[in-house]
Amino acid sequence: MKGMWFKVFTIFWKDTVAELRTKEIITSVLVFAVLVLVIFSFAFDPEAGTMGLVGPGVLWVSFTFAGVLGLNRIFGVEMENSCLEGLKLCPVERNIIFWGKMASSFTFMLAVEIIITPIFLVLFNLPFFMPRLLLIVMLATAGFASVGTLFSALSMNTKARDILLPILFLPIVVPVIIAGVEATALALEGKSWGDMSVWLQIIVASDIIYFVVATLVFDFVIEE
Amino acid sequence: MDNKEASSAQWAIETKGLAKLFGNKYALKDIDLGIRHGERLVVFGPNGAGKTTLIRSLSTLIKPSAGSVHVSGLDTRRNQARVRRKVGVVSHQTYLYGNLTVYENLKFYGRMYDVPDLEKRIQKVAGQVSLESRLHDRVATLSRGLQQRAAIARAVIHEPQIMLLDEPEVGLDPQAVIMMRDILDVFSSGECTVVMTTHNLERGLDLCEQIIILNTGKIVYRAEKSEIDRANFAEVYSHYTGISQ
Repeated sequence: MKGMWFKVFTIFWKDTVAELRTKEIITSVLVFAVLVLVIFSFAFDPEAGTMGLVGPGVLWVSFTFAGVLGLNRIFGVEMENSCLEGLKLCPVERNIIFWGKMASSFTFMLAVEIIITPIFLVLFNLPFFMPRLLLIVMLATAGFASVGTLFSALSMNTKARDILLPILFLPIVVPVIIAGVEATALALEGKSWGDMSVWLQIIVASDIIYFVVATLVFDFVIEE
Repeated sequence: MDNKEASSAQWAIETKGLAKLFGNKYALKDIDLGIRHGERLVVFGPNGAGKTTLIRSLSTLIKPSAGSVHVSGLDTRRNQARVRRKVGVVSHQTYLYGNLTVYENLKFYGRMYDVPDLEKRIQKVAGQVSLESRLHDRVATLSRGLQQRAAIARAVIHEPQIMLLDEPEVGLDPQAVIMMRDILDVFSSGECTVVMTTHNLERGLDLCEQIIILNTGKIVYRAEKSEIDRANFAEVYSHYTGISQ
């Protein structure tokens, strides 16, 4: 068991070292997400009292589309020099590869979201300290990372990978996006945990289903 | 290990009726091989003959459509992880991450293979491929020849018993090819079993103890080294493949 988690960490370590060196994923995703926020901040007047209505949607649009951009690269790095073949030759179960890549996806997405969220709060004139929002973002990102990593692997061997990933990914993560938007709206209104619990439960249930199903089918996705 | 597996343990690699279908086309068909421990098999054949598919089948990268593959007595369908520990693969692709250094790549693969005393092992294999001075350079900054030497270090980091070499000299300049040969000869000598695919008849005949020629997925010729008339082998190859060298 210890060896298994060590190998998950090793894959995560490898991705993190490569990303810290190039900043390829984080930079492109961050620039895209900030651009989305800035454009929306000009489209809606923060003083008109519309922020409670449109704010959560704007935030999740930027997370979702920026996430798709980053997920495209998660398995993209494995295509260079056929590294995926080298990874598949390692004496480990396929789910270890999935968990390692998922940990990388989760971390890179969360890192970008942690930078974007304060920018969103400032641009939309909202209170800066929102621990509830952080929890919602973390839970939803876990679901994104599970499904996104699976579909990133699936789309890697196709010619239309850039188009295929969002087409596959977005319909499947709709429950998490809707629950994320609703829970965020309640958090921005300063509602209690109890008011948000239904939406948080939907996110957690989706996370569990995505994680289990993605782990089970990953083996078939990366074979041949 | 069951009786069937125990009986095939006398072979380093044994295939029976191995076939691989892609769609409705056979990439490999009826491949029967028996390679003894420490033996070197060279696989010749034109492009599309099935050489790479054979290497990929032996290394567990693809599952056979029919027939069986045993590596050191282990069925590759049921013992994939154990088989992978026994084989090292060198291809014309390096399987190395360009944004990591040679050292980081070796550390990554060494950890994935549970290599004991990894630091020492990295230093040793880096020395064997003469890459000590470039160990902390990013792979992407190395020449093709140096990258291929790093790929050999990666393939042997876990001290495999069987080396599978899939046209490892493709894309190298003549000087790099000579150096590669010297390095590969060191690793493939002694107890290590070697299967190598190549288009280069001279090189293949130098290395082999047994040869096969593949064409359209089938073994069309096989011989022990002692049976080969080296002077006329180009004609034999041309006869069985329709391609002159």
